[in-house]
Amino acid sequence: MLRGLWKLTWIEIKVFLREPMGAFGSIVVPVLLFVVLGRFAKNMPTPATLAVSSFSRAGVPVLVSILIAVSAVLSLVTIISIYREGGILKRLRATPLRPQTILTAHVLVKLVLTAATLVLMFLAGRRYLPPGVHAPLFSFTIALLITTWSISSIGFLIASIVPTARFAQPIGAVILYPMIVFSGLFVPIALLPPGLQAVAKALPFTYAVRLLQGIWNGDGWWAHASDVAALAVFFVVFTAVSAKVFRWE
Amino acid sequence: MRPVIEVSAIRKTYGRTVAVDEASFTVNEGEIFGLIGPNGAGKTTTMECVEGLRKPDRGSISVLGLDPFRQVYKLQERIGVQLQQAQLQKRIKVWEAVDLWASLYRKKKVNGERLLEQLGLLDKRGAWFMNLSGGQKQRLFIALALINDPEVVFLDELTTGLDPQARHAIWDLVRNMRDHGKTVFLTTHLMEEAERLCDRVAIIEHGRIIDIDTPERLVARHCPERTVLLDTDNPTAEERFNAIPKVESVVRAGLRFTIRGRGDDLVTDVIHCLSENRIRVTDFRTILPNLEDVFLKLTGHSIRE
Repeated sequence: MLRGLWKLTWIEIKVFLREPMGAFGSIVVPVLLFVVLGRFAKNMPTPATLAVSSFSRAGVPVLVSILIAVSAVLSLVTIISIYREGGILKRLRATPLRPQTILTAHVLVKLVLTAATLVLMFLAGRRYLPPGVHAPLFSFTIALLITTWSISSIGFLIASIVPTARFAQPIGAVILYPMIVFSGLFVPIALLPPGLQAVAKALPFTYAVRLLQGIWNGDGWWAHASDVAALAVFFVVFTAVSAKVFRWE
Repeated sequence: MRPVIEVSAIRKTYGRTVAVDEASFTVNEGEIFGLIGPNGAGKTTTMECVEGLRKPDRGSISVLGLDPFRQVYKLQERIGVQLQQAQLQKRIKVWEAVDLWASLYRKKKVNGERLLEQLGLLDKRGAWFMNLSGGQKQRLFIALALINDPEVVFLDELTTGLDPQARHAIWDLVRNMRDHGKTVFLTTHLMEEAERLCDRVAIIEHGRIIDIDTPERLVARHCPERTVLLDTDNPTAEERFNAIPKVESVVRAGLRFTIRGRGDDLVTDVIHCLSENRIRVTDFRTILPNLEDVFLKLTGHSIRE
Protein backbone atom coordinates (compact mmCIF):
# COMPACT_ATOMS: atom_id res chain seq x y z
CA MET A 1 0.00 0.00 0.00
CA LEU A 2 2.71 2.43 0.99
CA ARG A 3 5.24 1.12 -1.51
CA GLY A 4 7.00 4.05 -3.08
CA LEU A 5 5.78 6.56 -0.46
CA TRP A 6 9.16 7.33 1.13
CA LYS A 7 11.03 7.43 -2.13
CA LEU A 8 8.39 9.67 -3.71
CA THR A 9 8.40 11.96 -0.64
CA TRP A 10 12.18 12.20 -0.67
CA ILE A 11 12.29 12.94 -4.40
CA GLU A 12 9.56 15.57 -4.05
CA ILE A 13 11.55 17.28 -1.27
CA LYS A 14 14.64 17.36 -3.46
CA VAL A 15 12.67 18.60 -6.48
CA PHE A 16 11.10 21.33 -4.33
CA LEU A 17 14.43 22.53 -2.98
CA ARG A 18 15.83 22.72 -6.51
CA GLU A 19 13.07 25.18 -7.37
CA PRO A 20 14.64 28.55 -6.55
CA MET A 21 11.43 30.50 -5.88
CA GLY A 22 9.74 27.61 -4.11
CA ALA A 23 12.24 27.36 -1.30
CA PHE A 24 12.66 31.12 -1.07
CA GLY A 25 8.96 31.92 -0.91
CA SER A 26 8.09 29.20 1.55
CA ILE A 27 11.06 29.37 3.91
CA VAL A 28 12.84 32.71 3.67
CA VAL A 29 9.78 34.99 3.45
CA PRO A 30 8.04 33.75 6.62
CA VAL A 31 11.29 33.93 8.57
CA LEU A 32 11.86 37.54 7.45
CA LEU A 33 8.25 38.37 8.23
CA PHE A 34 8.68 37.01 11.74
CA VAL A 35 11.80 39.04 12.36
CA VAL A 36 10.18 42.24 11.12
CA LEU A 37 6.91 41.73 13.00
CA GLY A 38 8.77 40.62 16.09
CA ARG A 39 10.84 43.78 16.15
CA PHE A 40 7.68 45.83 15.66
CA ALA A 41 5.79 44.07 18.47
CA LYS A 42 8.71 44.43 20.87
CA ASN A 43 8.76 48.19 20.43
CA MET A 44 5.02 48.55 21.02
CA PRO A 45 4.02 50.36 24.20
CA THR A 46 2.56 48.26 27.00
CA PRO A 47 -0.85 47.11 25.78
CA ALA A 48 -3.94 48.55 27.42
CA THR A 49 -6.57 45.89 26.91
CA LEU A 50 -6.50 42.18 27.51
CA ALA A 51 -7.11 41.36 23.84
CA VAL A 52 -4.15 43.36 22.64
CA SER A 53 -2.02 42.01 25.42
CA SER A 54 -2.68 38.41 24.37
CA PHE A 55 -1.88 39.35 20.78
CA SER A 56 1.51 40.66 21.68
CA ARG A 57 2.29 37.69 23.91
CA ALA A 58 1.41 34.90 21.52
CA GLY A 59 0.03 36.77 18.54
CA VAL A 60 3.10 37.27 16.42
CA PRO A 61 4.46 33.73 16.63
CA VAL A 62 0.99 32.26 16.12
CA LEU A 63 0.16 34.58 13.22
CA VAL A 64 3.42 33.87 11.46
CA SER A 65 3.03 30.14 12.12
CA ILE A 66 -0.46 30.19 10.62
CA LEU A 67 0.97 32.02 7.62
CA ILE A 68 3.63 29.33 7.30
CA ALA A 69 0.93 26.67 7.32
CA VAL A 70 -1.18 28.56 4.78
CA SER A 71 1.74 29.19 2.46
CA ALA A 72 2.66 25.49 2.64
CA VAL A 73 -0.91 24.59 1.69
CA LEU A 74 -0.93 27.16 -1.12
CA SER A 75 2.27 25.64 -2.40
CA LEU A 76 0.57 22.24 -2.21
CA VAL A 77 -2.36 23.55 -4.27
CA THR A 78 -0.01 25.01 -6.87
CA ILE A 79 2.09 21.87 -7.17
CA ILE A 80 -0.93 19.60 -7.46
CA SER A 81 -2.45 21.74 -10.19
CA ILE A 82 0.83 22.00 -12.09
CA TYR A 83 1.22 18.22 -11.83
CA ARG A 84 -2.29 17.72 -13.08
CA GLU A 85 -1.89 20.14 -15.97
CA GLY A 86 1.43 18.63 -17.03
CA GLY A 87 0.10 15.07 -16.90
CA ILE A 88 2.50 14.16 -14.11
CA LEU A 89 -0.30 12.93 -11.86
CA LYS A 90 -1.65 10.84 -14.70
CA ARG A 91 1.75 9.35 -15.40
CA LEU A 92 2.18 8.46 -11.73
CA ARG A 93 -1.23 6.82 -11.73
CA ALA A 94 -0.26 4.56 -14.64
CA THR A 95 1.84 2.56 -12.16
CA PRO A 96 0.92 0.38 -9.18
CA LEU A 97 1.13 3.58 -7.08
CA ARG A 98 -2.11 4.25 -5.18
CA PRO A 99 -3.61 7.73 -5.69
CA GLN A 100 -3.69 8.31 -1.93
CA THR A 101 0.03 7.50 -1.74
CA ILE A 102 0.77 10.27 -4.25
CA LEU A 103 -1.20 12.84 -2.26
CA THR A 104 0.16 11.63 1.09
CA ALA A 105 3.70 12.13 -0.19
CA HIS A 106 2.89 15.74 -1.07
CA VAL A 107 1.39 16.41 2.37
CA LEU A 108 4.49 14.89 4.00
CA VAL A 109 6.70 17.19 1.96
CA LYS A 110 4.70 20.18 3.18
CA LEU A 111 4.89 18.99 6.81
CA VAL A 112 8.67 18.65 6.60
CA LEU A 113 8.83 22.09 5.03
CA THR A 114 6.60 23.60 7.73
CA ALA A 115 8.70 22.13 10.52
CA ALA A 116 11.92 23.32 8.89
CA THR A 117 10.58 26.84 8.41
CA LEU A 118 9.36 27.02 11.98
CA VAL A 119 12.70 25.94 13.39
CA LEU A 120 14.52 28.47 11.20
CA MET A 121 12.10 31.13 12.31
CA PHE A 122 12.90 30.56 15.96
CA LEU A 123 16.61 30.39 15.35
CA ALA A 124 16.56 33.64 13.42
CA GLY A 125 14.07 35.50 15.58
CA ARG A 126 14.81 34.31 19.08
CA ARG A 127 15.99 37.66 20.30
CA TYR A 128 12.78 39.38 19.18
CA LEU A 129 10.56 37.22 21.34
CA PRO A 130 9.14 39.09 24.31
CA PRO A 131 11.33 38.65 27.37
CA GLY A 132 10.38 35.87 29.72
CA VAL A 133 8.76 33.74 27.02
CA HIS A 134 9.79 30.11 27.17
CA ALA A 135 7.51 28.55 24.62
CA PRO A 136 7.45 24.75 24.38
CA LEU A 137 8.91 24.64 20.88
CA PHE A 138 8.57 20.90 20.34
CA SER A 139 4.89 20.84 21.28
CA PHE A 140 4.32 24.01 19.30
CA THR A 141 5.87 22.44 16.22
CA ILE A 142 3.63 19.39 16.61
CA ALA A 143 0.62 21.68 16.96
CA LEU A 144 1.56 23.51 13.76
CA LEU A 145 2.04 20.24 11.91
CA ILE A 146 -1.44 19.16 12.98
CA THR A 147 -2.72 22.50 11.71
CA THR A 148 -0.95 22.19 8.36
CA TRP A 149 -2.16 18.63 7.98
CA SER A 150 -5.74 19.68 8.66
CA ILE A 151 -5.67 22.65 6.28
CA SER A 152 -4.04 20.55 3.56
CA SER A 153 -7.45 18.92 3.09
CA ILE A 154 -8.87 22.33 2.13
CA GLY A 155 -5.89 22.56 -0.22
CA PHE A 156 -7.02 19.39 -1.98
CA LEU A 157 -10.50 20.80 -2.30
CA ILE A 158 -9.14 24.02 -3.81
CA ALA A 159 -6.85 21.99 -6.07
CA SER A 160 -9.94 20.12 -7.26
CA ILE A 161 -11.74 23.26 -8.34
CA VAL A 162 -9.01 25.47 -9.84
CA PRO A 163 -9.32 25.33 -13.63
CA THR A 164 -5.62 25.80 -14.47
CA ALA A 165 -2.33 25.94 -12.62
CA ARG A 166 -2.06 29.64 -13.35
CA PHE A 167 -5.06 30.38 -11.12
CA ALA A 168 -4.11 27.97 -8.36
CA GLN A 169 -2.09 30.37 -6.23
CA PRO A 170 -4.43 33.43 -6.44
CA ILE A 171 -7.63 31.42 -5.99
CA GLY A 172 -6.10 29.57 -3.07
CA ALA A 173 -4.97 32.81 -1.49
CA VAL A 174 -8.37 34.44 -1.92
CA ILE A 175 -10.03 31.48 -0.22
CA LEU A 176 -7.55 30.87 2.58
CA TYR A 177 -6.34 34.27 3.76
CA PRO A 178 -9.76 35.75 4.64
CA MET A 179 -10.39 32.69 6.79
CA ILE A 180 -7.58 33.83 9.08
CA VAL A 181 -9.48 37.05 9.82
CA PHE A 182 -12.18 35.04 11.58
CA SER A 183 -9.75 32.85 13.44
CA GLY A 184 -9.85 34.77 16.72
CA LEU A 185 -6.32 35.92 16.21
CA PHE A 186 -7.11 39.58 15.69
CA VAL A 187 -10.48 39.89 17.33
CA PRO A 188 -11.56 37.37 19.98
CA ILE A 189 -14.39 35.21 18.65
CA ALA A 190 -16.60 36.19 21.59
CA LEU A 191 -16.54 39.82 20.42
CA LEU A 192 -17.73 38.98 16.89
CA PRO A 193 -21.40 39.36 15.88
CA PRO A 194 -23.32 36.07 16.23
CA GLY A 195 -23.37 35.44 12.46
CA LEU A 196 -19.61 35.75 12.15
CA GLN A 197 -19.17 33.65 15.28
CA ALA A 198 -20.96 30.83 13.45
CA VAL A 199 -18.68 31.33 10.43
CA ALA A 200 -15.64 31.23 12.67
CA LYS A 201 -16.77 28.00 14.26
CA ALA A 202 -17.18 26.40 10.85
CA LEU A 203 -13.56 27.13 9.89
CA PRO A 204 -10.54 25.13 11.00
CA PHE A 205 -8.45 28.23 11.69
CA THR A 206 -10.43 29.02 14.84
CA TYR A 207 -9.36 25.71 16.37
CA ALA A 208 -5.85 26.00 14.98
CA VAL A 209 -5.36 29.41 16.56
CA ARG A 210 -6.77 28.26 19.91
CA LEU A 211 -4.50 25.23 19.85
CA LEU A 212 -1.39 27.17 18.86
CA GLN A 213 -2.00 29.99 21.34
CA GLY A 214 -2.70 27.53 24.13
CA ILE A 215 0.39 25.43 23.47
CA TRP A 216 2.49 28.58 23.13
CA ASN A 217 1.30 29.78 26.52
CA GLY A 218 2.16 26.47 28.11
CA ASP A 219 -1.17 24.63 28.17
CA GLY A 220 -1.11 20.84 28.24
CA TRP A 221 -2.34 18.77 25.28
CA TRP A 222 -5.37 17.54 27.23
CA ALA A 223 -6.70 21.07 27.51
CA HIS A 224 -6.77 21.22 23.71
CA ALA A 225 -7.89 17.70 22.87
CA SER A 226 -11.14 19.15 21.51
CA ASP A 227 -9.25 21.49 19.15
CA VAL A 228 -7.13 18.64 17.84
CA ALA A 229 -10.28 16.56 17.41
CA ALA A 230 -11.96 19.42 15.54
CA LEU A 231 -8.96 19.75 13.19
CA ALA A 232 -9.08 16.01 12.57
CA VAL A 233 -12.79 16.22 11.77
CA PHE A 234 -12.11 19.03 9.28
CA PHE A 235 -9.44 16.89 7.65
CA VAL A 236 -11.76 13.90 7.32
CA VAL A 237 -14.67 15.96 5.97
CA PHE A 238 -12.68 17.99 3.43
CA THR A 239 -10.70 14.95 2.30
CA ALA A 240 -13.90 13.00 1.78
CA VAL A 241 -15.42 15.84 -0.26
CA SER A 242 -12.29 16.32 -2.36
CA ALA A 243 -12.03 12.56 -2.95
CA LYS A 244 -15.44 12.90 -4.64
CA VAL A 245 -14.59 15.88 -6.82
CA PHE A 246 -10.83 15.52 -7.37
CA ARG A 247 -9.71 15.41 -10.99
CA TRP A 248 -6.47 13.67 -11.89
CA GLU A 249 -6.14 15.21 -15.34
CA MET B 1 -1.29 -17.33 -30.94
CA ARG B 2 -2.63 -16.44 -27.52
CA PRO B 3 -4.71 -13.28 -27.32
CA VAL B 4 -3.28 -10.92 -24.71
CA ILE B 5 -5.76 -8.06 -25.07
CA GLU B 6 -9.40 -8.66 -25.85
CA VAL B 7 -11.63 -5.66 -26.36
CA SER B 8 -15.24 -6.21 -27.15
CA ALA B 9 -17.77 -3.56 -28.11
CA ILE B 10 -16.51 -0.79 -25.84
CA ARG B 11 -18.15 2.61 -25.95
CA LYS B 12 -17.04 5.80 -24.25
CA THR B 13 -18.77 9.17 -24.41
CA TYR B 14 -17.85 12.59 -23.01
CA GLY B 15 -21.05 14.53 -22.72
CA ARG B 16 -22.59 14.27 -26.16
CA THR B 17 -19.34 13.42 -27.91
CA VAL B 18 -18.89 9.76 -28.69
CA ALA B 19 -15.16 9.13 -28.33
CA VAL B 20 -15.20 5.37 -28.84
CA ASP B 21 -18.09 3.61 -30.50
CA GLU B 22 -18.47 -0.19 -30.28
CA ALA B 23 -14.76 -0.86 -30.74
CA SER B 24 -13.69 -4.50 -30.75
CA PHE B 25 -10.27 -6.01 -31.42
CA THR B 26 -7.77 -8.54 -30.18
CA VAL B 27 -4.03 -8.17 -29.70
CA ASN B 28 -2.00 -11.38 -29.82
CA GLU B 29 1.02 -12.31 -27.78
CA GLY B 30 4.33 -11.15 -29.21
CA GLU B 31 2.99 -8.87 -31.92
CA ILE B 32 3.19 -5.13 -32.52
CA PHE B 33 -0.39 -3.98 -32.89
CA GLY B 34 -1.14 -0.45 -34.04
CA LEU B 35 -4.25 1.63 -33.66
CA ILE B 36 -4.09 4.18 -36.46
CA GLY B 37 -6.22 7.15 -37.27
CA PRO B 38 -6.22 10.94 -37.29
CA ASN B 39 -6.05 13.06 -34.15
CA GLY B 40 -9.32 12.92 -32.26
CA ALA B 41 -10.32 9.56 -33.73
CA GLY B 42 -10.50 7.91 -30.30
CA LYS B 43 -7.08 6.22 -30.24
CA THR B 44 -5.94 7.55 -26.89
CA THR B 45 -9.31 7.03 -25.21
CA THR B 46 -9.37 3.44 -26.42
CA MET B 47 -5.83 2.83 -25.22
CA GLU B 48 -6.47 4.41 -21.82
CA CYS B 49 -9.52 2.20 -21.34
CA VAL B 50 -7.33 -0.84 -22.03
CA GLU B 51 -4.70 0.46 -19.57
CA GLY B 52 -7.32 0.83 -16.84
CA LEU B 53 -7.03 4.63 -16.66
CA ARG B 54 -10.57 5.13 -17.95
CA LYS B 55 -13.71 3.13 -17.56
CA PRO B 56 -15.68 2.50 -20.74
CA ASP B 57 -19.42 3.16 -20.51
CA ARG B 58 -20.16 -0.22 -22.06
CA GLY B 59 -18.39 -3.29 -23.36
CA SER B 60 -15.72 -5.49 -21.87
CA ILE B 61 -11.93 -5.52 -21.85
CA SER B 62 -9.54 -8.21 -20.74
CA VAL B 63 -5.78 -7.73 -20.56
CA LEU B 64 -3.64 -10.72 -19.58
CA GLY B 65 -6.88 -12.23 -18.26
CA LEU B 66 -7.46 -9.25 -15.94
CA ASP B 67 -10.21 -6.67 -15.83
CA PRO B 68 -8.24 -3.44 -16.34
CA PHE B 69 -10.57 -1.32 -14.27
CA ARG B 70 -11.33 -3.53 -11.30
CA GLN B 71 -7.89 -5.16 -11.14
CA VAL B 72 -5.94 -2.07 -12.14
CA TYR B 73 -3.07 -2.46 -9.66
CA LYS B 74 -2.56 -6.11 -10.52
CA LEU B 75 -2.54 -5.11 -14.16
CA GLN B 76 -0.13 -2.20 -13.68
CA GLU B 77 2.43 -4.64 -12.23
CA ARG B 78 2.50 -6.50 -15.54
CA ILE B 79 2.24 -3.74 -18.13
CA GLY B 80 4.38 -0.78 -19.14
CA VAL B 81 2.80 2.48 -20.20
CA GLN B 82 4.00 5.49 -22.15
CA LEU B 83 1.36 8.21 -22.21
CA GLN B 84 0.84 10.84 -24.87
CA GLN B 85 2.21 14.25 -23.88
CA ALA B 86 3.20 13.16 -20.40
CA GLN B 87 5.58 15.16 -18.28
CA LEU B 88 7.61 14.48 -15.18
CA GLN B 89 8.62 16.82 -12.39
CA LYS B 90 10.67 19.54 -14.09
CA ARG B 91 13.66 19.15 -11.81
CA ILE B 92 13.66 15.40 -11.28
CA LYS B 93 16.90 13.80 -12.42
CA VAL B 94 16.87 10.97 -14.95
CA TRP B 95 18.30 8.42 -12.51
CA GLU B 96 15.85 9.53 -9.78
CA ALA B 97 12.89 8.91 -12.08
CA VAL B 98 14.18 5.45 -12.98
CA ASP B 99 14.93 4.70 -9.33
CA LEU B 100 11.48 5.88 -8.22
CA TRP B 101 9.69 3.87 -10.89
CA ALA B 102 11.74 0.77 -10.06
CA SER B 103 10.65 1.06 -6.43
CA LEU B 104 6.96 1.05 -7.36
CA TYR B 105 6.87 -2.49 -8.68
CA ARG B 106 6.99 -5.78 -6.81
CA LYS B 107 9.08 -7.40 -9.50
CA LYS B 108 12.72 -6.31 -9.49
CA LYS B 109 14.22 -7.74 -12.62
CA VAL B 110 15.49 -4.91 -14.72
CA ASN B 111 18.71 -3.10 -13.95
CA GLY B 112 17.93 0.60 -14.28
CA GLU B 113 21.48 1.57 -15.17
CA ARG B 114 21.60 -1.03 -17.93
CA LEU B 115 18.28 0.17 -19.23
CA LEU B 116 19.58 3.76 -19.40
CA GLU B 117 22.65 2.46 -21.18
CA GLN B 118 20.55 0.57 -23.75
CA LEU B 119 18.49 3.69 -24.37
CA GLY B 120 21.56 5.89 -24.71
CA LEU B 121 20.75 7.96 -21.64
CA LEU B 122 23.64 7.01 -19.39
CA ASP B 123 25.46 10.31 -19.91
CA LYS B 124 22.21 12.11 -19.05
CA ARG B 125 21.52 10.25 -15.82
CA GLY B 126 22.15 13.32 -13.67
CA ALA B 127 20.26 15.77 -15.93
CA TRP B 128 16.98 17.37 -14.94
CA PHE B 129 13.94 16.28 -16.89
CA MET B 130 13.28 19.86 -18.07
CA ASN B 131 16.70 20.00 -19.73
CA LEU B 132 16.25 16.90 -21.88
CA SER B 133 15.52 17.08 -25.60
CA GLY B 134 12.25 15.70 -26.98
CA GLY B 135 13.91 12.47 -28.07
CA GLN B 136 15.64 12.05 -24.71
CA LYS B 137 12.36 12.56 -22.86
CA GLN B 138 10.69 9.93 -25.01
CA ARG B 139 13.55 7.51 -24.38
CA LEU B 140 13.23 8.16 -20.65
CA PHE B 141 9.51 7.41 -20.86
CA ILE B 142 10.37 4.20 -22.67
CA ALA B 143 12.78 3.35 -19.86
CA LEU B 144 10.03 3.95 -17.30
CA ALA B 145 7.65 1.80 -19.35
CA LEU B 146 10.18 -1.07 -19.40
CA ILE B 147 11.47 -0.85 -15.82
CA ASN B 148 9.17 -3.64 -14.56
CA ASP B 149 9.98 -5.99 -17.47
CA PRO B 150 6.33 -5.80 -18.59
CA GLU B 151 4.52 -8.42 -20.64
CA VAL B 152 2.60 -5.81 -22.60
CA VAL B 153 3.91 -2.35 -23.52
CA PHE B 154 1.56 0.52 -24.40
CA LEU B 155 2.96 3.33 -26.52
CA ASP B 156 0.73 6.30 -27.30
CA GLU B 157 1.95 8.51 -30.17
CA LEU B 158 5.51 7.59 -29.34
CA THR B 159 7.36 9.52 -32.01
CA THR B 160 5.14 12.59 -32.44
CA GLY B 161 7.26 15.72 -32.60
CA LEU B 162 10.56 13.89 -33.06
CA ASP B 163 12.96 14.39 -35.94
CA PRO B 164 13.38 11.51 -38.41
CA GLN B 165 16.65 10.33 -36.90
CA ALA B 166 15.22 10.06 -33.38
CA ARG B 167 12.14 8.41 -34.84
CA HIS B 168 14.13 5.67 -36.55
CA ALA B 169 16.12 5.04 -33.37
CA ILE B 170 12.89 4.62 -31.43
CA TRP B 171 11.42 2.27 -34.03
CA ASP B 172 14.44 0.05 -33.53
CA LEU B 173 13.78 0.06 -29.79
CA VAL B 174 10.17 -0.99 -30.33
CA ARG B 175 11.19 -3.84 -32.63
CA ASN B 176 13.68 -4.85 -29.99
CA MET B 177 10.85 -5.09 -27.44
CA ARG B 178 8.98 -7.50 -29.69
CA ASP B 179 12.15 -9.53 -30.24
CA HIS B 180 12.32 -9.92 -26.46
CA GLY B 181 8.89 -11.50 -26.48
CA LYS B 182 6.85 -8.51 -25.39
CA THR B 183 3.51 -7.59 -26.86
CA VAL B 184 3.36 -3.99 -28.06
CA PHE B 185 0.15 -2.01 -28.45
CA LEU B 186 0.73 1.41 -29.99
CA THR B 187 -1.20 4.29 -31.49
CA THR B 188 0.01 6.54 -34.26
CA HIS B 189 -1.27 8.96 -36.83
CA LEU B 190 1.83 8.40 -38.94
CA MET B 191 1.08 5.89 -41.67
CA GLU B 192 4.74 5.33 -42.36
CA GLU B 193 5.27 4.39 -38.73
CA ALA B 194 2.40 1.92 -38.81
CA GLU B 195 3.57 0.41 -42.07
CA ARG B 196 7.17 -0.07 -40.96
CA LEU B 197 6.55 -1.14 -37.41
CA CYS B 198 3.24 -2.91 -36.98
CA ASP B 199 2.48 -6.56 -37.55
CA ARG B 200 -1.21 -5.72 -37.58
CA VAL B 201 -3.13 -2.47 -37.55
CA ALA B 202 -6.66 -1.37 -36.76
CA ILE B 203 -7.90 1.71 -38.57
CA ILE B 204 -10.07 3.89 -36.36
CA GLU B 205 -12.10 6.94 -37.26
CA HIS B 206 -14.79 8.80 -35.31
CA GLY B 207 -14.40 6.18 -32.57
CA ARG B 208 -15.22 3.30 -34.90
CA ILE B 209 -12.84 0.61 -36.01
CA ILE B 210 -13.13 0.33 -39.77
CA ASP B 211 -10.84 -2.60 -40.52
CA ILE B 212 -8.11 -4.71 -38.93
CA ASP B 213 -5.34 -6.69 -40.64
CA THR B 214 -1.67 -6.72 -41.57
CA PRO B 215 -0.65 -3.59 -43.49
CA GLU B 216 0.02 -5.67 -46.62
CA ARG B 217 -3.35 -7.38 -46.57
CA LEU B 218 -5.17 -4.10 -45.91
CA VAL B 219 -3.49 -2.61 -48.95
CA ALA B 220 -4.21 -5.67 -51.08
CA ARG B 221 -7.84 -5.74 -49.99
CA HIS B 222 -8.70 -2.08 -50.32
CA CYS B 223 -6.20 -0.78 -52.85
CA PRO B 224 -5.42 -3.44 -55.49
CA GLU B 225 -4.54 -0.72 -58.01
CA ARG B 226 -1.01 -0.73 -59.41
CA THR B 227 0.58 1.95 -61.54
CA VAL B 228 3.61 1.64 -63.81
CA LEU B 229 5.35 4.72 -65.16
CA LEU B 230 7.76 4.30 -68.04
CA ASP B 231 9.41 6.29 -70.82
CA THR B 232 9.78 4.89 -74.31
CA ASP B 233 9.89 6.14 -77.89
CA ASN B 234 8.71 2.81 -79.36
CA PRO B 235 5.79 3.65 -81.70
CA THR B 236 3.98 0.35 -81.08
CA ALA B 237 4.19 0.56 -77.29
CA GLU B 238 0.76 2.01 -76.61
CA GLU B 239 -0.96 -0.72 -78.58
CA ARG B 240 1.04 -3.45 -76.82
CA PHE B 241 0.31 -2.10 -73.36
CA ASN B 242 -3.39 -1.93 -74.08
CA ALA B 243 -3.28 -5.59 -75.03
CA ILE B 244 -2.17 -6.67 -71.53
CA PRO B 245 -5.24 -8.30 -69.96
CA LYS B 246 -5.12 -6.65 -66.48
CA VAL B 247 -4.40 -3.16 -67.75
CA GLU B 248 -7.29 -0.75 -67.27
CA SER B 249 -5.89 2.42 -68.74
CA VAL B 250 -2.87 3.65 -70.63
CA VAL B 251 -2.22 7.39 -70.65
CA ARG B 252 0.48 8.84 -72.85
CA ALA B 253 2.11 12.23 -72.47
CA GLY B 254 5.07 12.66 -74.80
CA LEU B 255 7.40 9.73 -74.11
CA ARG B 256 5.87 9.09 -70.68
CA PHE B 257 3.31 6.27 -70.32
CA THR B 258 1.14 5.82 -67.24
CA ILE B 259 -0.24 2.29 -67.09
CA ARG B 260 -2.90 1.50 -64.51
CA GLY B 261 -4.35 -1.87 -63.60
CA ARG B 262 -5.19 -4.19 -60.73
CA GLY B 263 -3.52 -7.03 -58.92
CA ASP B 264 -0.01 -8.04 -57.97
CA ASP B 265 0.66 -9.50 -61.43
CA LEU B 266 0.35 -6.21 -63.28
CA VAL B 267 4.00 -5.23 -62.90
CA THR B 268 5.22 -8.66 -64.03
CA ASP B 269 2.89 -8.56 -67.01
CA VAL B 270 4.21 -5.17 -68.08
CA ILE B 271 7.84 -6.31 -67.77
CA HIS B 272 7.00 -9.44 -69.70
CA CYS B 273 5.40 -7.36 -72.45
CA LEU B 274 8.45 -5.10 -72.64
CA SER B 275 10.90 -7.95 -73.04
CA GLU B 276 8.75 -9.97 -75.43
CA ASN B 277 8.33 -7.00 -77.75
CA ARG B 278 11.88 -5.72 -77.24
CA ILE B 279 10.58 -2.32 -76.21
CA ARG B 280 13.44 -0.13 -75.07
CA VAL B 281 12.63 2.00 -72.01
CA THR B 282 14.65 4.87 -70.56
CA ASP B 283 12.79 5.00 -67.25
CA PHE B 284 10.67 2.52 -65.31
CA ARG B 285 8.90 3.07 -62.03
CA THR B 286 6.06 1.50 -60.12
CA ILE B 287 3.69 3.22 -57.74
CA LEU B 288 2.26 0.90 -55.12
CA PRO B 289 -0.53 2.01 -52.82
CA ASN B 290 0.20 2.18 -49.11
CA LEU B 291 -1.74 2.51 -45.87
CA GLU B 292 -2.21 6.19 -46.60
CA ASP B 293 -4.19 5.25 -49.70
CA VAL B 294 -6.13 2.65 -47.75
CA PHE B 295 -7.07 5.30 -45.22
CA LEU B 296 -8.11 7.70 -47.95
CA LYS B 297 -10.25 5.05 -49.59
CA LEU B 298 -11.93 3.92 -46.38
CA THR B 299 -12.66 7.34 -44.93
CA GLY B 300 -12.89 9.51 -48.02
CA HIS B 301 -10.24 11.91 -46.73
CA SER B 302 -6.54 12.03 -46.01
CA ILE B 303 -5.34 11.35 -42.46
CA ARG B 304 -3.77 14.80 -42.30
CA GLU B 305 -7.02 16.67 -42.88
